[in-house]
Amino acid sequence: MNLAVKIGRLRLKNPVMVASGTFGTEYAELVNINSLGAIVMKTITLRPRSGNSPPRIVETASGMLNSIGLENKGLDDFIENKIPSLTKVEVPLIASIAGNDEKEFVQLAKRLTKIRRIAALELNLSCPNIKYGARKELIAHDEKETYRIVKSVRNATGLTLIAKLSPNVTDITKIAKAAEDGGADSISLTNTFLGLAVDIEARKPRLGNITGGLSGPAIKPLALRMVWEAHKKVSIPIIGIGGIMDYKDAIEFILCGASAIQIGMANFVNPKVSTEVIDGIKKYLTKNKIDNMNMVVGGLKS
Amino acid sequence: MAIKQLKARILENKKLSQDFYKMRIKSLYLARNIKPGQFIEVRCSESLDPLLRRPFSVHRILKDSIEILYEVLGKGTKALSQRKSGELLDVIGPLGSRFTLNTKRYPLNAILTAGGIGIAPLVALAEESAKRGNKTYVIIGAKTRSRILCETEITPRGCDLMVSTEDGSKGYKGLATDVLKDLLSTLNSKPPTIIYACGPTAMLKTVAHIAKERKISCQVLLEEYMACGIGVCLGCPVKVKNGTSGYEYKMVCKDGPVFNAREVIW
Repeated sequence: MNLAVKIGRLRLKNPVMVASGTFGTEYAELVNINSLGAIVMKTITLRPRSGNSPPRIVETASGMLNSIGLENKGLDDFIENKIPSLTKVEVPLIASIAGNDEKEFVQLAKRLTKIRRIAALELNLSCPNIKYGARKELIAHDEKETYRIVKSVRNATGLTLIAKLSPNVTDITKIAKAAEDGGADSISLTNTFLGLAVDIEARKPRLGNITGGLSGPAIKPLALRMVWEAHKKVSIPIIGIGGIMDYKDAIEFILCGASAIQIGMANFVNPKVSTEVIDGIKKYLTKNKIDNMNMVVGGLKS
Repeated sequence: MAIKQLKARILENKKLSQDFYKMRIKSLYLARNIKPGQFIEVRCSESLDPLLRRPFSVHRILKDSIEILYEVLGKGTKALSQRKSGELLDVIGPLGSRFTLNTKRYPLNAILTAGGIGIAPLVALAEESAKRGNKTYVIIGAKTRSRILCETEITPRGCDLMVSTEDGSKGYKGLATDVLKDLLSTLNSKPPTIIYACGPTAMLKTVAHIAKERKISCQVLLEEYMACGIGVCLGCPVKVKNGTSGYEYKMVCKDGPVFNAREVIW
């Protein structure tokens, strides 16, 4: 059976990745990391960021809101300490990067292109919890900005580029197309949905940052719809993300047009979930007498 | 000690009073490896709502089982309260940092100060402290009599128990921190004293202040909403002092939950 997927120049042995910010070597004792298709690492920025004020997370109905705020130690620490510490990890590492502006994105991409261990870049154009420089809105809210940033990074690196887009837009297909036109090898859909939760006794927001990004099973139908729409408009592979809890959810995304998927919040609930999803996909294919996963991609019947 | 995901059998899930429950789960691995102050992440139900695991401090460490003590406050603890003995519970642990105690050769005055459900992790600590030959004092404070927990678990261990209630319905009328101040004024500086505390933030802040004024070492167990419980999601930060930039965030789940009280920015 062939589960392998090609995303740009990157070849994954199976379509199951773990999403940025939801996985780390802390899980090494609980799941076989090397069975994964790839790991998308926690987003890094050029300089360290201390992140948002607590509380940073709150559980909502079948999901969670987070406003971590891209807490990270910055690019230098990532290269000097993080990457060398991952000697036991054999699967492709995808670095997730966020810049305040075009210059920072390019700088991040150039430095990481020289790091052999990095197999691809995911451009985080869509974190709802930070301000990108002086901009009032996310890069992925704007077609032209998305095109411009992707294009600049494309010119700076030969690495496989994945543009992670925001669902908080009027028409996802336009942004997806802009990313494709800019030279992205793939788009990941979607980042979290901007949301809010209220403590009625205190009459205050439950998050320190007031708003946060919603993830988990609550957003799955919304993310599926976006993957399905984008799949009709772009020809580059789509990575589906949004509330995947088991292999059935993963197959839904694949049928809607995702060539691969990422698992996020479910890692917190069940650290073994990604390996269970891989096994489940295999069983699904066997049951349906399909020997190549790619045959299922976009196979949603009308 | 290695963190494991286990299916542990529920041996007992007992309602203590209105909203408080005690659960005992069988696990030789956790009983042998978890230390006072550490916690487990529990899948309260298999449903999608509640979904995230919930963290619970180890309440008592027995021969081949451990106990947690919890208050029903939301969907997660509500679901947990409905679990039946005999069922298997999906847990991850041991997680987080432990309380630091002395070695047997150098006994202490150990003062454990609990606010409400904050007694949960301090019972395991009281047992361990008494075992190490410390003069162990336990102060339990709560709003009212019905919210005072674990008295019967403290006294048989040779610990001195002091109780306070804000409404005076039991013990000293006032705050646990008032009792702490009174107690400290009666103790000599030998053997050295260490304060351990768990409870509401306002109480911990006062305890930290009392300890600092008297130059007494103090360890606090902090609480925060958690998602992963293991240091991945960075969702449970606490502001701590940092020499160069003034402050930094540490994670309650991984760097804590036990912190040196002087390190914390209250």
